[in-house]
Amino acid sequence: MFASLLKQLGTLLISLLGLTVLTYILSLQSNIPIHDYKSSNVFLQYFEYLQFLLQGDWGISSIHKRSVLKDFLQHFPASIELIALALTLAVTTGLGLGILSASRRGGWLDNTLMTSSLIGYSMPIFWWGMLLVLLFSLTLGWTPVAGRLDFQYNIEPYTRFMLIDTLLHHNKYGFNAFLNALHHLILPAVTLSTIPMAIIARMTRSSLLAVLKSEYIRTARSKGISKRRIIWIHGLRNALQPILTISGVQVSIIMSGVIVTEYIFAWPGIGKWLLEAVSRRDFASIQGGVLALSIVVIAFNLALDFLSIYLNPRLRRPS
Amino acid sequence: MINDSVYNCIIRTVPSLAAVALLLCTACTPDASPESSEKSRQLLVYCSEGSPDSFNPQLVTSGTSYDATANIIYNQLVTYKPGTTEIIPSLAKSWSISDDGLRYTLNLRQDVPFHSNQLFTPSRPLNADDVLFSFNRQRLSNHPYHGISGGRYPYFTAQSLDQLIKDIRKKGKYQVEFILTRPESPFLSILATPFASILSAEYAAQLNKMKHPEWIDSKPIGTGPFRFDRYEPDAYIRYERFDNYFVQSQRVKNLVFAITPDAAMRFARFSAGECDVMSYPLPVHLRVAQKNDLDIVQTPGLNVAYWAFNTEKPPFHDAKVRQALTMAIDREAILQTVYDRQASLATNPIPPSSWAYNKNINKVTFSKRQALELLKEAGYGNGFTIDIWAMPIQRAYNPNARKMAEMIQQDLADINVEARIITYEWGTFLSRVAQGLHHSVLLGWNADNADPNNFFSPLLSCTSAISGNNYSKWCNREFDELILKARTSSEQTVRKRYYDEAQEVFKQQAPWLTIAHANNSVLVQHNVHGLIISPIGNISFEGVTISESTSSELTDTEGEAK
Repeated sequence: MFASLLKQLGTLLISLLGLTVLTYILSLQSNIPIHDYKSSNVFLQYFEYLQFLLQGDWGISSIHKRSVLKDFLQHFPASIELIALALTLAVTTGLGLGILSASRRGGWLDNTLMTSSLIGYSMPIFWWGMLLVLLFSLTLGWTPVAGRLDFQYNIEPYTRFMLIDTLLHHNKYGFNAFLNALHHLILPAVTLSTIPMAIIARMTRSSLLAVLKSEYIRTARSKGISKRRIIWIHGLRNALQPILTISGVQVSIIMSGVIVTEYIFAWPGIGKWLLEAVSRRDFASIQGGVLALSIVVIAFNLALDFLSIYLNPRLRRPS
Repeated sequence: MINDSVYNCIIRTVPSLAAVALLLCTACTPDASPESSEKSRQLLVYCSEGSPDSFNPQLVTSGTSYDATANIIYNQLVTYKPGTTEIIPSLAKSWSISDDGLRYTLNLRQDVPFHSNQLFTPSRPLNADDVLFSFNRQRLSNHPYHGISGGRYPYFTAQSLDQLIKDIRKKGKYQVEFILTRPESPFLSILATPFASILSAEYAAQLNKMKHPEWIDSKPIGTGPFRFDRYEPDAYIRYERFDNYFVQSQRVKNLVFAITPDAAMRFARFSAGECDVMSYPLPVHLRVAQKNDLDIVQTPGLNVAYWAFNTEKPPFHDAKVRQALTMAIDREAILQTVYDRQASLATNPIPPSSWAYNKNINKVTFSKRQALELLKEAGYGNGFTIDIWAMPIQRAYNPNARKMAEMIQQDLADINVEARIITYEWGTFLSRVAQGLHHSVLLGWNADNADPNNFFSPLLSCTSAISGNNYSKWCNREFDELILKARTSSEQTVRKRYYDEAQEVFKQQAPWLTIAHANNSVLVQHNVHGLIISPIGNISFEGVTISESTSSELTDTEGEAK
C-alpha cells in the first residue's frame, strides 16, 4: 500500500512540475513581465519562477494591482461552496437514480431515467442554466436570479464561505441569512450538477448490472438473500470501483462547468474571476488562475485515487 | 476489516446525505423573501456592469470605475448641475479667472468633512492641503505618493495636464491657485472630471506612517454622499450614507452595486426585482421595458458614432469622394436597425445639447444618384474597393459596429464601391487603426467633460492626427486654427463663433460621416425617485429615494424623462 501511495505522490509531483513549466512558457509570451527575474537565462529564470511560486508571490494583476494568489484565495471559497453542493447533488442523485434504474431494468422507469439522463448528459450547460433561470426565477419566481445573498443581509466575509459566514452572523439575522444563502445556491448547483449526475447515473446502472450478472450474486440469490441486500451490500460495493473512477473524472468536468455556471449566475468565484481576467487581458491573473485550478484538479484526483486504493484491496497490492 | 466499516459508513451516509439535501431544499423554497428587521426601503441595489479597477479615479479611465467612485465617494472642486453640462460650485464655493486666462483662483468651502473608517478619523475639514495633495500626486514625479499603486495616472497623462498646469499654489488655508502655461477655457470642465476628485492629505499622511500608503486607493476616504463600506471583488460594493455630507440631500441609507457583467443577466435580475436600477440596458431591453411600462431614465448623451475616412489613403484624400460616400449611406435605416431608435441622427461632430452646436448646418442629404454624380466628377465613376474596419466591442454609442458595417457595405454596392469588412480584437484593432492601416473605420467617442473642445481637439486636430484619436488622419490648417482660437478664448460667444465656423469646414471637408448620438439610459423600478443621469454618463445617487411599495400602480413624476 505504501509503495502505491508513493507512486501516486511521485506522479503528482511530476504533473505539478510539468504544469509550472507550461505556465512559465505561457508567461514568457506576455509582453508585461509578471515577475522580476535576476538572471537573463530562460532556464535559470524558470527556477526563480518556481521560487517565487513557493514564496507565494504569484504576481500582481496588471489591471487592479492586487496579488494574484490573494485574489484567487478570495474567490475560491465561493466556487468550493458551489462545487461541493453540485458534487454532492450529482453523486447522491446520480447513484440513487442509477440504482433505481438497475433494479427496475427494462421497465418504464428505467427507460425514462436513461433517456432523460442522455438528454442531461448532452445539455449545453450555458443554455440549460439560462433555461432554469427563465423557468424557476423569472416565470415561477421560486429562486433568485443571481448572486449569493440578498443585499439586505450585510454579512462580513470571515471565511468567504457564505453558508458558514451567515451562520456566524446568527445573532444578527437568525437563520434567515443562512437559508437565503442556501436558496441562492440551489439553481447554480443544479445547473452545474446536471451533466455529472447523468454520467454517474448511467455508470452506476451499467456497472451494477454487470455485477448483478456475476456468479456470486446468483449464489447469493439462491441462498434466499433479499433483493435489497443483494443490491446494496453485495452488488453496489463491487460496482463502486468504476463509479468512483468516473466520479473523479467529473471533477474536471465540474471545474470547467463552474466557469460557465458562475458567469450565468453572477457567482463571484474563480470562474467569473478568470473570465474577467481573460476579457481584460490580465495575464498575471490568467496564469495564476490556470495554475491554481489545475493544482486543485490534480489534488482532488489524487485524493480520489487514495480513496480507491483504500476501498479496493486489489489496488493495494503492488503488482 | 477496516474497509468494511468504511464501506458501510459510506453506504449509510449516502442516502442520509441525500435526505439532508432534500430537506434543506424544501426548508428554503417556501418563502423567497425573508423578513428583514428594517422594513423601510433604505437599501438601493444598482446592477452595475463590472468591477472597478480601483477606488481612486485618478488611477483609471474606465467608466465603470468612475461610476463606483467619482460621484459616490468623492467630490470635485466644481461639478455639473445634475442632468446638464453647466458648471456649478462644489468643494470650491467660488472662483475667479485672471484676465490673461492663466490663473484660476478657487475659494474652498470651509465646512466639508471627510469620511472616517476603522483606520482613520479625520481631525479637520477639507482645506487647501487636500487639493494640493490630490493634484500633486499625479503631477509631480517626486511626490511621495506618486509611485504608489503603479504610479500611472492615465487620464492626467492622456490630457497632457502636466504640460498645461505650471503650478498649483496654496494661497490661504482655504484658497488655491492654478497657474497654467497657456489660456485654456475648458479648464473648469477639466476640474469637474472624475480624475480631479479630492482625496484626504491627512489620511495619506496617516497611512504613510502605518507603512501602507497603497490603502488610500483600496480603502477610500472622500467627502462624497456615501461612505465606502466593503468591496467583494466581482460580487458587490457596499456603501453607507455619509450623514455629515456637506450638501443637504436625500439619500438611501445603504447603497449596493451588484456587479453583473452579462447584460441579459442584469436585465433578468432587474425584472425579478433583485435590483432597483440597471446600468447599460441594451436596445432590446429598452424595447421590452417600453412594452411593459417599465421606467426608463434617459438623456441624450455627449457622444458620437462616426465613420472616419483615412484621408491619407487614396481615394479618400479627395474631399469629393468623401462627400459622395457620406451621401450614399441610409443613416435612418442604421438608426432603426442598430440603435433601435435609442439615438438621434448626428449632423455635427458634437451633439445638439452642447452650446457650441451649429444649428445652421443641414444634415447630409441621402441620395445615391447625387453620390454617383460626385464620384464621376472626381473621376471614380467606375467604382473602387475599400475596407471598413468595424470596432469589435459594444459601446452605448455604437451597439453593433459589425451590423452597421454590413449596412454600409450594401449601400456602397449601389454606387459601385466594393467594401470589405475588417475587424480585430479590440487592442490590436486600436493600435492598427492608430497606425493608419485602414481605409475607413467605424468608431465613436464618449466625452469625459462637457466642453466642446473635448470633441474637436482629441478627434479632429492636427496634433491628434499624429498621435491621438484622429483616425481620419485629417489635418486641416483652417479648422485647426479655429479650434485653437476657440480653446484659448474665454468668452463663450466668441468661442461659439469659432466653433460654428469650424463645423462648417468639417461639413465641407467631410473627414467623417457622423452617424448618431446615442442616449444614455438606465432602467429603474417604479418606486425609485429622483434619479437623474448626466449627459457625461457618470451615475450619481444623490437625491435618490425609494418608496416602500413596489406596486406598479405607483407612478412618479419627479424629474424623470421617460
